[in-house]
Amino acid sequence: MEDFQSLRAARATSVNADFSEANPAAASDEGQLHITAATSNPRLFTLPWSTPLSQWPDDLLVKLPRGISRHIVRFVQVGSDILAMKEISRSAAEHEYEALRQLRKLDIPCVEPVGVVTGRSSEKGEPLEAILITKHLRYSLPYRALFSRNLRSDTADRLVDALAVLLVRLHLIGFYWGDVSLSNVLFIRDADQFGAYLVDAETGSLYPRLTDGQRNYDLDLARTNIIGELMDLNSGNLLPSSVDEVEVGNRLVERYDMLWDTLTGTESFGTNEMWRIEKRVEKLNELGFDVDELDVKTVDGGRRISVRPMVVDAGYASRKLLKLTGLDVQENQARRLLNDLDGYRASTWRQDQDEEIVATDWMREVYEPTVRMIPPEYQTTVEPAQFFHDVLTHRWYMAEQIGHDVPMPVATNDYIKTVLPQTQLDQQSLAEINADADAGVIDDDSVADIPDDEFGSRGPREEDDDQDAAVWSTD
Amino acid sequence: MASVTYDHTTRIYPGNTTPSVSDLNLDIKDGEFMVLVGPSGCGKSTTLRMLAGLEEVNKGRILIGDKDVTTMQPKDRDIAMVFQNYALYPHMTVADNMGFALKIAGEDKATIRKKVEQAAEILDLTEFLDRKPRALSGGQRQRVAMGRAIVRQPKVFLMDEPLSNLDAKLRVQTRTQIATLQRQLGVTTLYVTHDQTEALTMGDRIAVLNLGVLQQVGAPTELYDRPANVFVAGFIGSPSMNLSVHPVSEGKAQIGSDSVSLPTDAVAKLTPEDNGEIILGFRPEHASLASAGDTDAFSLLVRNTEDLGSDGYIYGDIIADDSVADSAAATSATMSDQNKMTTVRVNPRELPAVGDTVKIHIDPSRMHLFSPATGERLN
Repeated sequence: MEDFQSLRAARATSVNADFSEANPAAASDEGQLHITAATSNPRLFTLPWSTPLSQWPDDLLVKLPRGISRHIVRFVQVGSDILAMKEISRSAAEHEYEALRQLRKLDIPCVEPVGVVTGRSSEKGEPLEAILITKHLRYSLPYRALFSRNLRSDTADRLVDALAVLLVRLHLIGFYWGDVSLSNVLFIRDADQFGAYLVDAETGSLYPRLTDGQRNYDLDLARTNIIGELMDLNSGNLLPSSVDEVEVGNRLVERYDMLWDTLTGTESFGTNEMWRIEKRVEKLNELGFDVDELDVKTVDGGRRISVRPMVVDAGYASRKLLKLTGLDVQENQARRLLNDLDGYRASTWRQDQDEEIVATDWMREVYEPTVRMIPPEYQTTVEPAQFFHDVLTHRWYMAEQIGHDVPMPVATNDYIKTVLPQTQLDQQSLAEINADADAGVIDDDSVADIPDDEFGSRGPREEDDDQDAAVWSTD
Repeated sequence: MASVTYDHTTRIYPGNTTPSVSDLNLDIKDGEFMVLVGPSGCGKSTTLRMLAGLEEVNKGRILIGDKDVTTMQPKDRDIAMVFQNYALYPHMTVADNMGFALKIAGEDKATIRKKVEQAAEILDLTEFLDRKPRALSGGQRQRVAMGRAIVRQPKVFLMDEPLSNLDAKLRVQTRTQIATLQRQLGVTTLYVTHDQTEALTMGDRIAVLNLGVLQQVGAPTELYDRPANVFVAGFIGSPSMNLSVHPVSEGKAQIGSDSVSLPTDAVAKLTPEDNGEIILGFRPEHASLASAGDTDAFSLLVRNTEDLGSDGYIYGDIIADDSVADSAAATSATMSDQNKMTTVRVNPRELPAVGDTVKIHIDPSRMHLFSPATGERLN
């Protein structure tokens, strides 16, 4: 039954690109291009599927920072979308596509799967690997890109905090990842914190419930990988010297355990301490979780109460802000915006008015005029809510220096002039990041074309600008 | 180094009534390369994950050496899951890429260097130890990833479909490398695959699972030559074994108007539950074209032929009662995979024409006979 349903779901989103004009029913057969896509964007069908991804023409590619991967990954502009293409085996592509779809349905922050392309073959008729297509996550960056800019010394801590939240959320819904690392996550700035999005689900699967062994394995692997990734940054002189790699790895385990216990642990107290239920809910709200269902039982012959959250949902503040303003933003951004909204309400003496009416005015008078000031050249890289948060922070520092309040438009202008240019990734850093990303690609053509010994005698190469330089298949 | 013992091990998933792995008894010897093989959903991955500590064991125990690890956490078991998607770190040398986990574990520099050098020698990476990954070919990068598991020198390697994420060319190459490496290192290995060719080419011994139940354990040739039941007979071997059900009369299998002699001791083992029928199996290479007058042969209507130069294959339908044997074909369809047809390997110079009816003789010493009631081997 389950198989039947998944088959039906797959069919519902299948588009056959049958260029050979043979029987369309046989389109899924080997050797025939087959695109399963959740989009009907016709430009998808005109891409050069018969060319290995590493050789796609430059004019199709978008230069955005990529994370370390064993597979070839490229960003491609298709209409108004930027799509991430990953060349992997057919079974892995299909598995990952399905896993990402399930995670999206369960409201887990992860990249959006767009399609799977199978049955590719080169002009000479040689079979090519399948391609998994996902949508590029706007404003996101791989961890490596966050260390190539002048960032705060606690960046590593904030990244693992975000990863801990993601891992707990995955485990709560029964997803065993099997390959947790900073490389398999994209980060989006979220006020002073980061939000983590899963980008690689190749080894993951959903279970009705995870065993402690599965959770502990994920956690232990995450710790090892994070320490390794930070040691790598250290080797490249990209990590602030104050950062202890092992401590950051241990921090992940501590944060995870704390979150997991708060979200799933059973607490028991006397019947005269009922306020503790409320306190528990407050603590969960502070951590960004809503409690949908609480399991409250009397134990010990009715003398004690035991409480355990049954269903928790992440995004407490962001849902509240969405309801009030229609803004869909990260959790900590939402918290900051809600605080500013509260301040606006107090400063305009409107505490007695309906919150939703005040929120509409705040949007019109404060939020929108500010984010409209984002210069056009930054509009693709700067997220409005994050811009607003950063301007608020900047205004606070300005006010502290001058000794009195600074109007928003003044703070915004000053921020745009003095801070914003420093936040952008320069072309050289981007080229270095992408060369790093390709350095671990394990690609079949490279093995076929370059005998180990022959290659060994050639010695290492320098590659900076050419994003394919580290993928030897292009030789 | 250690042996691994599954002792009456059972795993039932929450909400299920039938076990995913049922009462498994399996000994993996110290240093042995054991392959678990079976179709999707047979319980092979669950079996591996129980050993890894990722699945709870509901009944029975699992031992590594003499130590009962049934309830131990994964990281305390001294096992290595090989080929989880190891990413290579671009700024670290090959040596650091291989040895960083030992550094995390607090081993001293000299020990790490020694272990890394040993692994590099086995992997043919010695001269690249001070290079960065970007200066390596794809195959070398793949070996560095293997090195990361090797340097830990665990008691057991676990590999769950490790080749499935690799592309086709690298898959065959890596298959050979893993097998060679395992023999050089002598580390006890449990390897899971759905691919019987992978199982036959890599394993010291193969354990075949179906529906959570262990069907047979043995060396590749044992499983190929003497499958214990119809399932193993149909699963192991490519092209797969021809299997069909026939009435038995006077010690002979009745195939239409033809009859094929059966060994008397096998026929004697048939019980009333078998309803006077027998499952007759033979591999495509253990039959030959016979003369029209041969009395110990059956008739085959040739549907297709293949000439591979070195070998020829005939695909056809067995003729029973002067017509194509529907029942036999339907039964064999569930057991072998050549589009329900009977396959015979012959000299390519002797291939008949499509549409011909030919006589086929089965080598009596290479015949596989099974009880229709139990599926168990009779000879």
